[in-house]
Amino acid sequence: MPKITYNDFQGNSKTIEVDNGLSVMEGAIQKDIPGIDADCGGSMACATCHVYVEDKWLDKIPKAEDAENDMIDMAFEPKKNSRLSCQIIVSDELDGLEVTTPEKQT
Amino acid sequence: MKKTDVIIIGAGPVGLFAVHQLGIKGLKAVVIDNLNKVGGQCIELYPDKPIYDIPAVPECTGEQLTKKLLEQIKPFKTELFLNERVDEVYQEKENWVIKTNKQKEFVAPNIIIAGGVGSFEPRKISLKNAEKLEGKSVFYAVRNKEQFKNKRISIFGGGDSALDWALELSKFSKITLIHRRNEFRGAQHTLSEIRKLEKEGKVSIKTPCQIESLDSEKKLKSITIKFDDGKKEKILTDVILGFFGLIMKLGPIAEWGLNMDKKTIEVNPENFETNKKGIFAAGDICSYPGKLKLILSGFHEVALASVECFKRARPNEKYRFEFTTSSKTIQERLGKK
Repeated sequence: MPKITYNDFQGNSKTIEVDNGLSVMEGAIQKDIPGIDADCGGSMACATCHVYVEDKWLDKIPKAEDAENDMIDMAFEPKKNSRLSCQIIVSDELDGLEVTTPEKQT
Repeated sequence: MKKTDVIIIGAGPVGLFAVHQLGIKGLKAVVIDNLNKVGGQCIELYPDKPIYDIPAVPECTGEQLTKKLLEQIKPFKTELFLNERVDEVYQEKENWVIKTNKQKEFVAPNIIIAGGVGSFEPRKISLKNAEKLEGKSVFYAVRNKEQFKNKRISIFGGGDSALDWALELSKFSKITLIHRRNEFRGAQHTLSEIRKLEKEGKVSIKTPCQIESLDSEKKLKSITIKFDDGKKEKILTDVILGFFGLIMKLGPIAEWGLNMDKKTIEVNPENFETNKKGIFAAGDICSYPGKLKLILSGFHEVALASVECFKRARPNEKYRFEFTTSSKTIQERLGKK
C-alpha cells in the first residue's frame, strides 16, 4: 500500500498507508490526520483540504483542472505548489508522496 | 419579538424544503440566512454546475434547483430574513429564543439548523495590520462606491467581484488589479474590457503575485507585493479591496451547547433532533451513522424533523400522516383547491 507523508506547518510529520484509489484527503480523514478539514467532503466546493505538494512530486500528479485552481484562489495562503488533496488520487506511482498542510484551512 | 412555529437557520436547499414539509403540516416558519440571497452553497459555490442526483430531475444547476424550491414553497408565504446571522440561542420555558446580529429576536418551540458548513464570510488578508485597517482602508465588499472616488485602489482577486469592481471603479479612481496567478476566472468580456484599459494605462495588472506587507501609520500608505519569482514591488495605495472568495465558518453554532462531532452536529436519525429538545439539524451540518452529505439526504432529514416539530408546536393535536395526492387539507394549504 502506498505510503503518504503529511507534514504540518510546524514541521511535525506523519506517514500513513493509504489505499490505492482513495484521495490524499480521504486518507487523512480516515486516519484523523490534523490540518485537513475537507468541509465539502471532496466535491471541490471548498478549499479546506488545501495542501502544498513537495516540488519533486508536483509533475507526477495530473495537473489541476481550472475548477480546482479557481477553488485554490480562495484557500488560505495559496502557493505555486498548492493543490486540493481531494483531487490527488493515490496510486503506486505516488508511494512516498509528501504534502504539507497550511497553517490553517479557513 | 416574532413568534412562529419553527425557526429555520439556513436558506440552502434543505432549509427551503423544510419550509415545504412544515407548511403542508400547517406549521409556520421563518428562514434566516447570513448570505444576501437564498440557495446556500448551491448558489454561492456552484450556481452553474449541473447536479445529477436529485430524484426525478436528471440534471439541473444549483440556481435552477433553488428557483424550483422557491416556487414549491411559494404558497406558504414564508418570511426570509437574509443578510442576517443568528448569534444567540437560549431557552425560555418550552420555547427557544434566537437573537440575530441585527438585534432581531424570534421565538418558537422548534429550531431547524440547516446551516450547511456554517455561514459564508469573506476570506481576509492574514496580515496583522490589515485587521486594524478593516473598514477604514481595507474592505472585502463595496457597499457605497462613492467612498472610493479619486483614490489609489489595489484590488485583489481573480474572480468576477474583483474584475467587475476594477472595471467600475476605474471610471473615477486609479486601479491596480493583483492576482496570485496569471489566469483570471471572471467573465471573459469583463476581462477583455480590463485588458483594454490596461493598454490605455487606466488599470494596472500585477500577476502572479501576492501581498507581502502593508505600510501604514494611521492610515494606509502603500502595499508591497511579491511576485512568484521573488521580485517585490511597492504600490502607493489608499484603499485595498480584497475579493479572495468566501469561506465557510461554523461561527456561533459551536457555542449553543449542542453535541458536536468536529464541525457537525450529532442528531438522532429517527427525528434529526440534537441533544437539545426542539433543536433539530439537517443537511450537511448534521451527523449520524452512515450520513451522506447529499441534498437528497437533507430532504429526507427535514421531512422527518418536521413531524417532531409538529408534535412540539401542536401538543394538543394528533399528528396524522397524509399524502399530498389525496389530502384535501394539504391541497388547500398549497392553494390547489
